[in-house]
Amino acid sequence: MLDPSPPPLTPLATAVRLVGIAAVVAVAAAAFAYVSGRLDPQRLQPRDMVNALQTNNGVHPGYRRNHAKGVCVIGYFEGNGQLQSLSTSGVFAQARTPVVGRFALPSGNPYAPDTSVPLRSLAVRFNLANGQQWRTGMNSMPVFPVGTPQAFYAMLQAGTPDPATGKPKPDAMPAFFAAHPETGPFLAWVKGAKPSASYATETYNSINAFYLTNTDGQRQAVRWAVVPEATDSAPAGADAGADFLQADLAQRLAGGPLRWTLRMTLADPGDPVNDASKAWPAGRKTVDAGTLVLERMQPQITGQCRDVNYDPTILPSGIEASNDPLLAARSAAYASSYLRRTSEVDQLSANAPAGGTKP
Amino acid sequence: MKARPEHFAPAARVLHWTMAVLLIAMLFIGAGMVSTVSERHEWLLHLHKPLGIAILALVIVRLLVRWFTRQPPLPADLPAIQKLAAKLSHWLLYALMFILPLVGWAMISAAGDPVMLGASVQLPAILPAEPHTFALLRKAHGFLAYLLFLTVLVHLAAALYHGWIRRDGVLQSMTSGEGPHA
Repeated sequence: MLDPSPPPLTPLATAVRLVGIAAVVAVAAAAFAYVSGRLDPQRLQPRDMVNALQTNNGVHPGYRRNHAKGVCVIGYFEGNGQLQSLSTSGVFAQARTPVVGRFALPSGNPYAPDTSVPLRSLAVRFNLANGQQWRTGMNSMPVFPVGTPQAFYAMLQAGTPDPATGKPKPDAMPAFFAAHPETGPFLAWVKGAKPSASYATETYNSINAFYLTNTDGQRQAVRWAVVPEATDSAPAGADAGADFLQADLAQRLAGGPLRWTLRMTLADPGDPVNDASKAWPAGRKTVDAGTLVLERMQPQITGQCRDVNYDPTILPSGIEASNDPLLAARSAAYASSYLRRTSEVDQLSANAPAGGTKP
Repeated sequence: MKARPEHFAPAARVLHWTMAVLLIAMLFIGAGMVSTVSERHEWLLHLHKPLGIAILALVIVRLLVRWFTRQPPLPADLPAIQKLAAKLSHWLLYALMFILPLVGWAMISAAGDPVMLGASVQLPAILPAEPHTFALLRKAHGFLAYLLFLTVLVHLAAALYHGWIRRDGVLQSMTSGEGPHA
């Protein structure tokens, strides 16, 4: 047991010990500040990505900070059982899984005309019977321009409008592409890409790689795509206006459900699974896993997709994220965007742009 | 009635130090994962959720242990204001240890996300999906975590003050047992 009355400390000893206590607390606080990024200005944080999107596109309260213009779609996925040797997930069994999806334009501006980019995106949330979910955000381009979040951030910065002109500096994007040769495959694709007249005729690609895991614990690297049944692909006409994609979708859905085949491309050993800017060589084995059927649409500001964060790392058992650094970055940045827009959800209806809300 | 002990019960001490490690790890994991877009975001998030539920389970055990064991008294000569501060800060620590995991669980539920503790271990949602609720809980989770970190710092400073300046046995009541000759 401790002596109940230890000898008193000299004033100097007391001061030294107080300084010691202060030092312990200061070290702990400094470590915490460092880990939380406060003493590390070089670190790319989720909010930096979202701030850059806001700088480039303006702040549109309540909307997603990227892929802001879109529409909810409801339907189901019907698995065909073909993938069950590669993945334990029940989504691939011969059964129906309800889905809530969202077609969108890859831009942070909910007022962007549909012709503004030659890209379209489709996000899907599968609600599995076992309570798990699979969320995927797919794009119509086959590869991503860059392979790392740092390069993507640099690309966003190259696209930042110059305050003097309201437009990006003309030499900024060419300089970025010159400094980032990994953008070559994307640029080659974009050269031949035209804004499509319909969401329904596009193929949407996972772009990032994932692993399927089977009952033996084996992992197979894959990328997936949904390939449309509709074959009347056409570029948007010159007189199409700014908001033709939703009207086209409504018209097609009025005629019946729209279908896509979910196609898994299996990587060969050595194919890059950690770099979304690199395509896999043609001729890789593919397995069709089932059919995505979209039956109806809902306005995005009232529909079921509104409050879904299509974070591509939300995966059921049987599908795992790869070490593609963009996956973690998407998850982190989407979380930042999601908190911002869920905090602003009441401002949505007041500011609804005409094109973004038509059913 | 038996005199109040001079040390915390062994179970209380084991829980204190186990949770001290887990809690500090948890606070750093949380602060680190929300401030990076790197792969650390993913693996820290995968640690954060099961660790949070472990802390929730441990704090329940800990409150029971506290209820069923006797605590050593604070020194009789400790000023009343410090006694009050000690009492309040301890209940604040217990409250935050209990509430933070629940807020995290509720916030994932309110986002409509599946509450996954691993590849296939899933907890039920404890709230329906609702964006206002999510936004409120997500902000509360961050705010309360900073409050917990501050409270831990104050607790640490106070423990060292008792151990190094007052040398009144308060720090030893948690660092050591009664010993064979107690």
